[in-house]
Amino acid sequence: MLNEYLILLKSEWIIIAIIFLLLFIKVGPKEWKNETLLYAINILLLFNLLVGFYNNVEGNLFNGMYHSNQLIFLEKNMLNLGVYLVSLIAYPWLKEHKHLLEFYILLLSTLLGMFFMISSGNLLIFYLGLELSTIPLAALANFDLHKRQSSEAAMKLIISSAFSSAILLFGVSILYGTTGSLSFYEISQHIYGNQLQVIAFILILAGFCFKISVVPFHLWTADVYEGAPAPVTAYLSVISKTAVLFIFMSVMYTVFKTIATQWYLMIFVLSIVTILIGNLFALRQNNLKRFLAFSSIAQVGFILLGLSGTSIMGIASVIYFLLIYLFSNLAAFGVITLVSAVANKESISDYKGFYKTNPFLSWVLAIALFSLAGVPPTAGFFGKFFLIMAGAERGNYIWVVFAAINMIISFYYYLKVVKAIFMDPNDQPIETISIPALPKLAMIICLAGMILTGFFSWIYEYIYSLSIL
Amino acid sequence: MNLTLLLLFPLFTAFAILFAKGLKQVRLIALIGSIFQLLLAGKLLMAYYQIKAQGNQSQMVFEYIQNWYAPLHLQYHIGVDGISIAMILLTAFVVVAGILVSWKTEQLSKEFFFLLILLSLGAYGFFISLDLFTLFFFLEVAVIPKFLLIGIWGSGKKDNSAMKLALMLMGGSALILVGILGIYFNTHTEAGIHTFDLLLISKMHIALPIQKIFFPFAFIGFGVFTAIFPFHTWVPDGHASAPTAASMFLAGISMKLGGYGCLRVATFLMPDAAHTYSWIIILLATIAIIYGAFATMMQTDLKYINAYSSISHCGFVLLGIGMLTKTAIMGAVMQMVSHGLMTALFFAAIGMIYSRTHTRMVAQLGGLLKAMPFISSVFVIAGLCSLGLPGFSGFAAEMTVFMGSWQNPDKWFRLATILACASIVVTAVYILRAAGQTIMGPMVNKEHELLTDASWNEKSAAILLIVGIVVVGIAPFWLIDLIQPGTEFIMSKLGAIALAK
Repeated sequence: MLNEYLILLKSEWIIIAIIFLLLFIKVGPKEWKNETLLYAINILLLFNLLVGFYNNVEGNLFNGMYHSNQLIFLEKNMLNLGVYLVSLIAYPWLKEHKHLLEFYILLLSTLLGMFFMISSGNLLIFYLGLELSTIPLAALANFDLHKRQSSEAAMKLIISSAFSSAILLFGVSILYGTTGSLSFYEISQHIYGNQLQVIAFILILAGFCFKISVVPFHLWTADVYEGAPAPVTAYLSVISKTAVLFIFMSVMYTVFKTIATQWYLMIFVLSIVTILIGNLFALRQNNLKRFLAFSSIAQVGFILLGLSGTSIMGIASVIYFLLIYLFSNLAAFGVITLVSAVANKESISDYKGFYKTNPFLSWVLAIALFSLAGVPPTAGFFGKFFLIMAGAERGNYIWVVFAAINMIISFYYYLKVVKAIFMDPNDQPIETISIPALPKLAMIICLAGMILTGFFSWIYEYIYSLSIL
Repeated sequence: MNLTLLLLFPLFTAFAILFAKGLKQVRLIALIGSIFQLLLAGKLLMAYYQIKAQGNQSQMVFEYIQNWYAPLHLQYHIGVDGISIAMILLTAFVVVAGILVSWKTEQLSKEFFFLLILLSLGAYGFFISLDLFTLFFFLEVAVIPKFLLIGIWGSGKKDNSAMKLALMLMGGSALILVGILGIYFNTHTEAGIHTFDLLLISKMHIALPIQKIFFPFAFIGFGVFTAIFPFHTWVPDGHASAPTAASMFLAGISMKLGGYGCLRVATFLMPDAAHTYSWIIILLATIAIIYGAFATMMQTDLKYINAYSSISHCGFVLLGIGMLTKTAIMGAVMQMVSHGLMTALFFAAIGMIYSRTHTRMVAQLGGLLKAMPFISSVFVIAGLCSLGLPGFSGFAAEMTVFMGSWQNPDKWFRLATILACASIVVTAVYILRAAGQTIMGPMVNKEHELLTDASWNEKSAAILLIVGIVVVGIAPFWLIDLIQPGTEFIMSKLGAIALAK
């Protein structure tokens, strides 16, 4: 009995253990140097990542409230990888930070929340996980304590999060009222598509769309991404979105399967608007973090296109794309964090002539942008191609043409940044930065991921074999 | 013979360049790599002749299939026929010539040669692909190197031209993507699954309404690469702003990617729609030919002259494809090879002149024959080939296109053929005027008397391309024999429709 709890909740227990270890270090008497702590914590996170691949047992707990299968283990491993990379990337910024341990405690708490959210089989645990994953994030967004922008970002994040959670809860309560249960399985048996249930669905959809920055629920994204410190933005844009998208897929495909035709139309409209607004606004940005915010909004539009497939191809392509998106975005943020921490420069015009002084960083950023744009031979091409393929499966070619045309617009703004780095002259380019070991490791992992995940198909085939919801 | 070698050679060359230090090592590695590639292409040709002499009647030879993304039925499927081999030889010639011409590139030389080899990798992969996904993959591999080559090493308004080129080619790719997805989801093999495989799809019959929807996407998408009117606007600025080797590659090979794609993907896989839309294709092609020719007459910059004339000459390719007769399609393929060599030679000559005189304006050049006899002769030869002088490849190709186009009995199509023929006069005007003003006549700028003639690398590049032009011009029968089986295969798909009519 106890064994079951220990083994099934293995990933969660490891995170809890690390959190408590950090708490003990915090309240303990010894004064640790930041560098030592950072290296130690990164080794712990690496250990967490590697252990996640072994001894994964499927099963149910708490009467079906918590379940895990191989797909969920894959998703948790992706989140672990993301957190490890974010931690590596944050090294130059955290080295000088006074609240290093609090950062990690809050970060790992959100990760714990995401684990529960993904493994949930019941709306209660789902909501618990959702809140656990968002509230510490608002505190994290404030971590540039001397900057007013950071506090502004945190305020916007917490207030918008709270509001969207309230709307989501409203939808959940109506759903409970019409179906009489909070368990995913039992709700799915009682969805008939009457008006009240569709309203409940719309409210829950609104709550989800807020978290993944779908237009028109995206208004918090740009300001929060710009104000928060770069590693937190990286975490928000990649891991937070990924976790919510995982559970979003699961809920759509299992709970609301019977009203699939209704939500297909909704996703269609939302996706079109998201891609369009994301692209149009990204064209005008000069701050790199804001730019990446809008570009990630556009990427989510594409993900919705793939999600609408409601087939194995759809799920597999979304998960595959999220993995590649993780590598690409984290590579880009790796460069941005380093430059921001060392040279304190964040706008695209500051990056002009970057290639002359920092060739390695320029290539990392360029390849990351190419991967986001969907250019071969990076893996981003495969990701986007499979997403559009999954979307075309339903025969909605208007959507496909729209997405393909918008790839051109997104290509333009990604190329604009590449142009600034490689081609534009600058009298005072950013000085040559010596890259510390940990961020370099992160960038190399991301580079390897971006280039190899496309060529070698076994990752996709593995995801495909698990994608049976 | 293993076709993947054609991809591995450039890949190894590119990696070796990354580890080299200094201009001398980099360009030597690039040259050795591309010469090996040329020898490999020659070996491929010999192996092809051998296998055909042994009586192999299959359409595609040296095929190799490997499952890539098995759940989606994507395969790495490669193979060649005569048409592919002709294009591969063209690519090999132009790449070697391009590297020789760029011998003195000092600025960021490692990246320059790396991107050039990467471009050629994309082209080789495109020509040997028999799976639509692999084809599309290699087509898109080439876009970023083009953008970087023009943007970093170009001249004039290079930023604008590079962005315009990248966006328009990406637009073409987006349309192609829709086209091939449409084909994919409307194919059903015996096992009931979809496929991207060219040969399998060609055996199936896709319903005519579906063909009519997706043929325009595929054709116009590839047409953007071949400067179909009205999507040709990237050509003048793109070619003019690019560095010499990149212009040679762009005009010589990149535009042929489109023509090859129009033939192999759009026309081959959707023949019924090709018949339905042939009048639009011919209309647009004729406009491109005539408009291109007249626009060239107005130009005062040598590179713009060549760029607009490329639009006009590639119009012949589309005209040949649109006419849908066997001779016309053979002429289209010949024109692709011929124009590729010719325009590479022309851009090489212009590049040599520009690197010495630092001007491309016709008004500021004159009497260069006295100072630089070799370069001037190369310029004149390229010009004569462009206007279709017999003995050079341009005549053989254009003649075949005209003959094939005339075979189509429709009176409007014959009118289009007549108009296209008439454009040769306009071509002659602008070529002779450009050559006359820059090469012959009095010297406009006294400083030009002191200019040096071609160095060994430029001479080798020019001679290589001239050999190609002359061989195709004097002995076009070997090229025709090479591409005939492939063309007959394509015609067999189209002919079944014509017979049924």
